[in-house]
Amino acid sequence: MTVKTEAPAEAPAAMTRPPNPAGAKKKSWTGLWFVLPFAAFYALFLVWPTFLGLYYSFTDKSLTGRPASWIGLDNWTEAFGDERAWSALWNTAEFTLYSTPPLVVLAIVLALLVNRARKLGWFLRMAFFAPFVVPVSVVTMIWIWIYQPDGGLLNHYLQLLGIQDAATPTIWLQGETTAMWSVVITTVWWTLGFNFLLYLAALQTIDPSVYEAASIDGASWWRQLAHLTLPLLKRTTGLVIVLQLIASLRIFDQMYLMTAGGPNRATEVAIHYIYIAGFEGYRIGYASALSYVLFVLILIVSIVQFRLFSRKED
Amino acid sequence: MPNHPSPPGSLSRRALLTGTAAAAGIGLAGCGSVSGGLSGKTRVKQWNLLAGADGAVMTEMHDQFSSEHSDIELEATTFGWGTPFYTRLVMGASGGNASDIATIHLSRLKSVSPATLLDPITVDELQAHGLDPADFPEKIWEKCFVDDELYAIPIDTHALVNYYNRTMCEQIGALNPDGTLLETTSVEEYFDLLRAAKELTGQYGTSLDTLGGWRQFWAWYRQADGEMTFTDGDYEMDDDKALQAIEVMYRMAEEGLCPTFADGGQCAANFENGSAAFVQVGNWEINRFRAFNEAQGLDFSMTEMPNFFGNRRTQGDCHSYVLPRHNSWDPEVREATIEYASWMLQHSFRWGEGGGHTPAYLPVTEGAEYQALQPNAEYSGVVQNVQFDPDAWFSGSAARLFDETGSIFNQVYGLAMTPDVALATIKERIETLLSLPNPVD
Repeated sequence: MTVKTEAPAEAPAAMTRPPNPAGAKKKSWTGLWFVLPFAAFYALFLVWPTFLGLYYSFTDKSLTGRPASWIGLDNWTEAFGDERAWSALWNTAEFTLYSTPPLVVLAIVLALLVNRARKLGWFLRMAFFAPFVVPVSVVTMIWIWIYQPDGGLLNHYLQLLGIQDAATPTIWLQGETTAMWSVVITTVWWTLGFNFLLYLAALQTIDPSVYEAASIDGASWWRQLAHLTLPLLKRTTGLVIVLQLIASLRIFDQMYLMTAGGPNRATEVAIHYIYIAGFEGYRIGYASALSYVLFVLILIVSIVQFRLFSRKED
Repeated sequence: MPNHPSPPGSLSRRALLTGTAAAAGIGLAGCGSVSGGLSGKTRVKQWNLLAGADGAVMTEMHDQFSSEHSDIELEATTFGWGTPFYTRLVMGASGGNASDIATIHLSRLKSVSPATLLDPITVDELQAHGLDPADFPEKIWEKCFVDDELYAIPIDTHALVNYYNRTMCEQIGALNPDGTLLETTSVEEYFDLLRAAKELTGQYGTSLDTLGGWRQFWAWYRQADGEMTFTDGDYEMDDDKALQAIEVMYRMAEEGLCPTFADGGQCAANFENGSAAFVQVGNWEINRFRAFNEAQGLDFSMTEMPNFFGNRRTQGDCHSYVLPRHNSWDPEVREATIEYASWMLQHSFRWGEGGGHTPAYLPVTEGAEYQALQPNAEYSGVVQNVQFDPDAWFSGSAARLFDETGSIFNQVYGLAMTPDVALATIKERIETLLSLPNPVD
C-alpha cells in the first residue's frame, strides 16, 4: 500500500504501455458480469442466511411459521447450560481426535508407498482415491452391511478366524464402545484418498537432486524421510490438518446414516443435535444459537491451527 | 461515457443480452409447467413416506389412477420414512411450497401444526367427490379434527402384528387343525412357543425390530392397561406396568429368543431366511414376504399380537391424507387433489390386499370380498385392539418420544441396559421433552 503512495508520478503501467487516449485508468465492467451470478448466489444462500441465523438466535423463531418474538439472550443462555449440547460437542471432539491422526498419518504412508511404486502406481493411485468419489449414502450403506451383526462381512470373518464367538456377535454400530470407532474406520476409508492425493502431489514436487545429494552423503532411507521428506511436506501437513479438523468437526452425514446418534446418544454429534433441535423440535431460534456456538468453536480451532503453522514457517 | 469498443473475442453486449433473455425464457417455461404446462393436464403433487413394501402397492395404484384420469398428471415423491419426510413436509409447508397433498400418520397431526402448516378440508368438497363422514370409523374420524377443523382424510389403520412361518410352526406343534396359530394367554406360554421355535431354527424364536422398540413397549404396556397422559409440564405413567413390559424385552433377548440387534431390514430377513419362526412387525411387510414366497418359498400367515397381559392389544396408527398449506390454491388443482384422495380411498381394497393395511373406508372393509380376504381376515381384530400413541406434540410415529425411547429399548434388547435403568432413563427423557417449549401450542 505504502509503496504506491511514495511514487505516484511513476506509474509502472505508463512505462510498459503506450498512454491510453481515453484516460490513464481503463475500466471495464465486463468482468463484473461474469462474477455477478456467483456473487448473487453467494450473497443469497450464504451471506444472507448467515446474518439471518444470527438474528434468529435472538428470537423464538419456529419452523411452524408462528410469529416470532425477540427473546434476547435466552437461547444463548439455554445453549450454554444444555448438557445434551455439551455432550454432543464432546462427541464431535472425540470423533475429531480419533479420526484426524489416522487420516493424516495413513495418507503420508500411502503417498510414500505410491510414490515409490513404479509399475503399479496408476492402479494404487486409483484404488486409494476411488472411495472418495463415492457418495456418502452409498458408503454408509456398504459399511452398514459390513458391520451387520448377523451375516455381516466383518463378523463373518472374525468368526471364521475364531476371534469371535458366533453366539455373541459384536453389535458394531449400536455398541457403546464400538459405535464411534466403527464410524471413524468408515470415514478414514472414505476420505483418506483426498489427503493422499495432496501428499502425493507434494511429494512429486520435491526435487530429486535433494535425495541424490543425501544418498551421496550416505543418508539412509529413514534419515532421508525424517530429515528431508517430512520437513519438505510441512506446508502440506499444515493444510491437511486444518482441512481435516474442519471436516471432522462438521461430522454429521455418516453418524446420522449409520448410528442415528445411538446407542443412547453415544455418537450424537453437534450438528445432529442442531438438526434435532431445529427440525424435530421446530426451534429454529435455538438451533441457530447452537450453530453459532459450533461456528465460533470451529473458527477458533482454525485460527489457532493457522497461527501455529504459519509461525513455524518463519 | 463513450462506448468502449469490445475487446476482441469478448462477449458483446448484444450477445449477452440475447443469452440472458433466452435463459430467462427457459426459466419462464419452467414456471408455466406448474399448472400442467404444454400437456394441458392438471398437475397434482403428492408427497409420501411409504418407503417400505407398501410403497410399491401405492405406486401401482397411482399408475391405475393415472390411466383412468387422462386430465390429471400425478407427481408422487417418496421420502425416507420418519424424520426425513416430516422435516421436508414442515419446511415445505412453512414456505407454502409443499406438495398439494401428503400422507402423514394421524398420530402426528397435531405435531405438524395444522393451524399454520395445513389447509383445512371441508366436508362439502369431500361429499362432492363421493366421500361421506359416515364412511369412516367414528373413532378415527374424530381424530382428523383439530379445533373443530377437518385437516385429515384417513386412509387406513395399521398395526404391529405377529407373522408365523407355517412350516416351522407345524413342526413344533403350534398350529390348530385349521392351520392357524395356537392361541396363547400369557408371556410364559408364548415364551414356550419361542423356545421350541428356537430349538428348531437353531437361532431365534421370533424376530423383531430392536430399533422400533416403542411399538412393542406400547403394545405390552397397553395390554396391561397402562396409561400415559401428558398435561401442562407434567405427566403420569404406571411404573410397574412399564417395567413389566420392558422386562419382557430383556428376558426375551437374554434367553436368545429374539435377536439382540436387528434393524428393519434385518428383522424381516431373519424371518425370510428361517432364522426365526415368528416376526413381530407391522402388517405392511406382507408385500415383502409375499414377494419372497414367490421367489423362494415361504409359507406364512399373520395373526394379532400374542396375549401377554389379558388381551391382544397392539400398537398402531393411521395413514391419512393432509393438504399442506398453500399460499394460494388453483381451484382446478384443488379439485383434482380431492378427486385423487377420493379415488384412492374408494380403491383401497388393493391397499388392504397388497399393503396389509386395514382400509379406513368402510364401504371397502364391509364388502364381502374384503371380509373373505386372507390372511387379512385372520388379523382383522387389530382394528378394535389398536392402541394409538399418547397425546402430546412430541408423541406419535417417528416423533421424538418414539425415537428417544426407541434408542433406549434398543439398548435393552442389546442387554446393555437393565429394565430399571431403562425406565429411569425413559422418565428422564420424557421430563426433558416436557420442559421444552411446545412449538405447536
